Amino acid sequence: MSSQNLKKTDVIFGLCHTTDVEHMLPGGVCKTNEEKFVVLKEVIKKDPQEIINEIIDSGLKGRGGAGFPTGLKWKFASLSPEPEKYVICNADEGEPGTFKDRDILLKVPAKVFAGMTMCAYCIKAKNGYLYLRGEYKFMVPELRKVLDSFHETIKKLGYDFHIDILLGSGAYVCGEETALMESMEGHRGEARNKPPFPTVEGFRNKPTVINNVETFVNVTMIQKFGVEEFKKLGTQDSRGSKVFSVSGDTPKPGVYELELGMKLSDFVDEYGDGDTKAVQVGGASGFCVPRKKFNDTIIGFEGIPTGGSMMLFNSSRSMYNVLTNYLEFFAEESCGQCTPCRVGCQQLIRGVRAVKCGLRSPDYLDDLLKLTASMKLTAKCGLGQSVANSFSSIVSNFKEEMIY
Amino acid sequence: MIENLTKKYGKSREALIPILQAIVEKESYLSEEAMNEVAKKLDISAAQVYGTASFYSFLDTEPRGKYVIRVCKSIIAEMKGKKEIIKTLENLLKIKVGQTTPDNLFSLLETNDIGWSDQEPSMLINEKPYTNLTPEKTISIINEYRK
Ligand SMILES: Cc1cc2nc3c(=O)[nH]c(=O)nc-3n(C[C@H](O)[C@H](O)[C@H](O)COP(=O)(O)O)c2cc1C
Ligand code: SF4
Repeated sequence: MSSQNLKKTDVIFGLCHTTDVEHMLPGGVCKTNEEKFVVLKEVIKKDPQEIINEIIDSGLKGRGGAGFPTGLKWKFASLSPEPEKYVICNADEGEPGTFKDRDILLKVPAKVFAGMTMCAYCIKAKNGYLYLRGEYKFMVPELRKVLDSFHETIKKLGYDFHIDILLGSGAYVCGEETALMESMEGHRGEARNKPPFPTVEGFRNKPTVINNVETFVNVTMIQKFGVEEFKKLGTQDSRGSKVFSVSGDTPKPGVYELELGMKLSDFVDEYGDGDTKAVQVGGASGFCVPRKKFNDTIIGFEGIPTGGSMMLFNSSRSMYNVLTNYLEFFAEESCGQCTPCRVGCQQLIRGVRAVKCGLRSPDYLDDLLKLTASMKLTAKCGLGQSVANSFSSIVSNFKEEMIY
Repeated sequence: MIENLTKKYGKSREALIPILQAIVEKESYLSEEAMNEVAKKLDISAAQVYGTASFYSFLDTEPRGKYVIRVCKSIIAEMKGKKEIIKTLENLLKIKVGQTTPDNLFSLLETNDIGWSDQEPSMLINEKPYTNLTPEKTISIINEYRK
């Protein structure tokens, strides 16, 4: 069954052309390197302020999960008079159920590097880094090849910007922007206090723009097609399209690009197996939506925002198993720096197990819900703060499964 | 070797993790001697080197085999038959998760999501991903490494 309301797009992966999106400019497939970076060539003739204003006007929000307006982030970094600034592409992609950045980097890496260069041009940075999760080390030889020809092209254009690849070492929390910078500086990946934000004090304490892989590609495509074309996709609050990682109980797991602002029920019609009980939107740190709410749930910044992880569960699955798997994940990946998260994650695991085996009464779940609410307020970084999302949405929607 | 690595990556604190990653790539893990030597070369304390290494799951400070197998244990992997893959590997290698074969060829570990939820069950052997695993496929992959 194919949903009529789901709008498939091909902005991110389409080479220089688009498929379903007829109103976007035709272009043909790029073959040579010069062609790949042809947009870039035009962009670095423009006034940086104009580019930043275009990105702000486009309404583009970060695709890594938090959804901060990309143009504003660039503007803040551009305002600093500091001569040394950095651009970082966050390719740590550690959220369970996410794999879209993998495909973007495998299929259209040139678009990522072009977007990073546009950012460098806007904020006046000379160095950029691709922080690639250690699990994706297998991609490095191919990425280096693309980078080599990229650096060649850049030189021909008479522009000075260099991108290096740095590898992670298997720590989910390093996807958090300040933990990532700590790791790049050779330290344990422990999140920093914010403020100061990275646009003020980031890598090496210098102004830094850090964006998700997909965010940079969107910038490249906005520069290619123009702001107005980009704004035709999505909704008022959620401009553009999004690359989704679809997994779990689905006949067609994979990477799909869809317009933002879709109804979850339309998504399930297309990707479900006919027996979908729940969808976990946004990975372990996201929200679990039960079947009865599919119709009222919008995927986008006006509803549930997501980095793109969509895990489908059918009625044969135990949501208790899903929850404990997530909790174990958080407990293992907590950096241990702050007490609410370090102790809280352990308490939650012990708590749900105690309720399940009858050592504690079902009312104890309410205490655990309060614990996650306080973690949301007091944990130092997004890891500890977001445990509440999956915990409360699973426990409140599937309470019977937690008890019996 | 560490001499060469400091030539390549420098001696600043920022060089620490790339150096440790390169040692792990060569020797599968970080021995105490290796960590001490890195500390000396970068002029930081051994505790700082150890403290940093121990934070990262891929910077092993325990001896590991030549091939480190990391099986994904995400909820999706679990739903798609991860348990069977672990059982297959345990029987084949005659070790349990967390252990290394006596000939030091294989270590068997579990790890969090490795970015292949669309093709579970999956595993990494050193840096190479293997996906859509079945018990038969797993056996033939391991046999290739044994050759
Ligand atoms: C625990 C944790 C893990 C994160 N992992 C990632 C990641 O793998 N990739 C990513 O782009 N952002 C990740 N983020 C979000 C980043 O901190 C940051 O907001 C993002 O890179 C900004 O880019 P964007 O505005 O383009 O989304 C993570 C955040 C937290 C709290
Ligand atoms: S919330 Fe968790 S991961 Fe974040 S700083 Fe605190 S302990 Fe570390």
